[in-house]
Amino acid sequence: MDPIIILQAGVASGTVLLFATIGELFAERSGVLNLGVEGMMLVGAMSAFSVAVSTGNPWVGLLVAMLAAGLFSQIHAFITITLQADQVVSGLSLTFLGTGVSLVLGEGLSKAGTISLMPAFSIPLLSQIPLLGPVFFTNQSVLVYIGYLLTPLAWYYINHTRPGMHLRAIGEYPAAADALGINIYRLRYFYVFVGGVMAGLAGATISLAIAPGWFSEMTTAGQGWIAVGLVIFAQWDPIRAAFGSYTFGALRRLILDIQGPTMLLGMRNPFYYNPYWGFFLQMLPYAFTIIVLVIGSREAIRKRLGSPAALGTPYIRGERGL
Amino acid sequence: MAKENPPGPESQGNAPLVVEMRGIVKKFPGVLANDNVDFDLRKGEIHALLGENGAGKSTLMNVLAGLYRAEAGTILINGKPVSFSSPRDAILAGIGMVHQHFMLVPSQTVTENILLGLDSPRFHLNLAKYHREVAELGERFGLSVDPKAKVWQLSVGEQQRVELLKMLYRGAQVLIMDEPTAVLAPQEIEGLFATLRVMVSEGKSIIFISHKLNEVMTIADRVTVLRKGKATASGLATEDTSRQELARLMVGREVLFQVDKRPKTPGEVILEVQDLHADNDKGLPALRGVSLEVRAGEIVGLAGVAGNGQRELAQVITGLRTCIGGTVLLKGEQIDNCPASKAIEQGMAHIPEDRTQVGTAPNLSVTDNLIMKNYRKPPIAQGMALDYREATHFANELKDEFDIIVPNVETPVRMLSGGNLQRVILAREISTGPALMIAVQPTRGLDVGAIEGVHRLLLAQRDADSAILLISEELEELLSLSDRIYVIYEGMIMGEVRDADIDTIGQMMTGTPLEQINRERSVTP
Repeated sequence: MDPIIILQAGVASGTVLLFATIGELFAERSGVLNLGVEGMMLVGAMSAFSVAVSTGNPWVGLLVAMLAAGLFSQIHAFITITLQADQVVSGLSLTFLGTGVSLVLGEGLSKAGTISLMPAFSIPLLSQIPLLGPVFFTNQSVLVYIGYLLTPLAWYYINHTRPGMHLRAIGEYPAAADALGINIYRLRYFYVFVGGVMAGLAGATISLAIAPGWFSEMTTAGQGWIAVGLVIFAQWDPIRAAFGSYTFGALRRLILDIQGPTMLLGMRNPFYYNPYWGFFLQMLPYAFTIIVLVIGSREAIRKRLGSPAALGTPYIRGERGL
Repeated sequence: MAKENPPGPESQGNAPLVVEMRGIVKKFPGVLANDNVDFDLRKGEIHALLGENGAGKSTLMNVLAGLYRAEAGTILINGKPVSFSSPRDAILAGIGMVHQHFMLVPSQTVTENILLGLDSPRFHLNLAKYHREVAELGERFGLSVDPKAKVWQLSVGEQQRVELLKMLYRGAQVLIMDEPTAVLAPQEIEGLFATLRVMVSEGKSIIFISHKLNEVMTIADRVTVLRKGKATASGLATEDTSRQELARLMVGREVLFQVDKRPKTPGEVILEVQDLHADNDKGLPALRGVSLEVRAGEIVGLAGVAGNGQRELAQVITGLRTCIGGTVLLKGEQIDNCPASKAIEQGMAHIPEDRTQVGTAPNLSVTDNLIMKNYRKPPIAQGMALDYREATHFANELKDEFDIIVPNVETPVRMLSGGNLQRVILAREISTGPALMIAVQPTRGLDVGAIEGVHRLLLAQRDADSAILLISEELEELLSLSDRIYVIYEGMIMGEVRDADIDTIGQMMTGTPLEQINRERSVTP
């Protein structure tokens, strides 16, 4: 149990959560809650692996995964933005649909063959930094490095660009944006699409780099739900989202590794001698997610956390009562 | 009586027309909101659009601002015909509208709100540069507001300035202000009027939508009056008219401005509120130590700008919200944090702010809504059953007594107009013979005729020795009806006044406690 290795693997595994969380963050900032992240990630993971096996090129798999999950998210966009149906119900259905579709299309995929993984490499100089170097910049997948770039870019986009300002406006008070000629519907479609693309990227990151292969619904193992919880935990801020994602990635890794050694801190390792205790540990991230989601579903608390004010409400342009 | 007043040499404007609207027709399902309306605006004038709620003022201006499309009629801007399909088109043509409900994003800064929807900046937001531009624009028009402040941090008056800046920044030449004074304290209204005059002197033209005669007479050069979608006067110079004439044009009959209030000595204390604390829906403190009392046979007004705890206070008193500190006593009996039924049994009547959600059940009949406070008692209650013959009889009696205009008492109340709906609520509440009445915004959205009726009923209740707490944002209403007025600001009572002048109340409404006002006055007499 080398802490450096746990942290290093934690960063890699946290990258999956990071992509999904930031994608969902964009959708929610625009006012659309999409609980279909888990389903979209499965669609992404399945199509990435499938295409990578058949073409032999993981990059093509990655692109197809992002596109597939992005298109898949548009079902939710159509139901909630155009038909103005309940976002929670539609999002849950999207998860069920995504799980079902990827299980059917992924049937037999686990034995379909091997793939070449996304390239992994170390960054010269940066990898020499003590402690940070080995954890963040040594032998990581290219996708992990993309994750590092994504976080500040997302933050900059949301807070310091014109389209980011419009994104914030349509999630807070769409009527104000509408009165100034901003097309709410088009932008919300777009950001739901962004959320789908990012969830597809997250799924592909699993099946092409972090835990290569297709293990049906255990490929994602509920990480989509953790991402939804992390958005609330991060208070809709990309920097906090990155912090939460990497922490959770490291935690997941720790929970796996802690069951290995016979001795822990000079004592008999209870998790080694009582394998059932491990299940309890594995449960913790999901228990945390449930708690965050329950807390976050109380509107009063959500408001205090800084939730986009229009989150969860379809925008209906009223002829009267404007 | 329609009065035509074509722009002649004697009227103050030989200025060119910037807006001409001819024969505007706008229909909504079941309503003819604008019926062949003409309107014009000269450069550099303030033209008031006067009418009761529902007369079609906002509709006409929403047509001009590109939000609605008219079914018929032409619009000319600077003499050229235009056709707007969105607010953006109107803004490009130099027409900006400040809506009654502000269209501002609370979590964004003033500058961000002003830049929203514009093509520049292209991508990177260099806010420092735009902060400067906004500050300069504000100085030029006397609209000072901190460009870096978040909108939620601003007072309502400041938010209104942001709305104006938003339009001026877009180069608006014509500004439409929809009931701009409804949300302001008296001092803020004076500030707004000063700003409007500055803007006019800078060559802007202003359309001022209002139903308040005093304001129209004060600020406007000309006035167009709408009644039931038709113009009853077009472009009348305010110099040539009077409050009485405008009221008649607006209502269609003579209006009494004075209420008949007899002097009366109040009786024992009915409602006593002591050091009340409560949170609002967001879990933030809304009431911070409110104490007041209401005696039998008096109307006590509660003045304040909207959102300073009035709603929450009414809800705690009527048992619809829990309080976290303090007590409410009704005839000496503690009623806070008790079911609403306890207060009702103790003789509390409630005219809620929200007539359609709280005050009535929209899909139930007039009868059902009228018996809601009497159905538990005989003769309507017969054991477990309801005696519908008795209920209908009861409803018909109230219908006649309170002039509720419906085809029959089986009509669902959602079909009723605002004034009739309010009469249903008043009839139900008064029929219980209440010791205390909590009336929240009882005349909001009603036309002048209906307002008169509500005022008369409230005064009759006072004469019948009821204690009445009147919570209103209409200062004139409070001044004419109340025996005493408390002023609430951010959940605290700023003081209690009798026969106070508007100036004192206005200062209290913006957060100066009465003691401080008196102290300052005694220092500088």
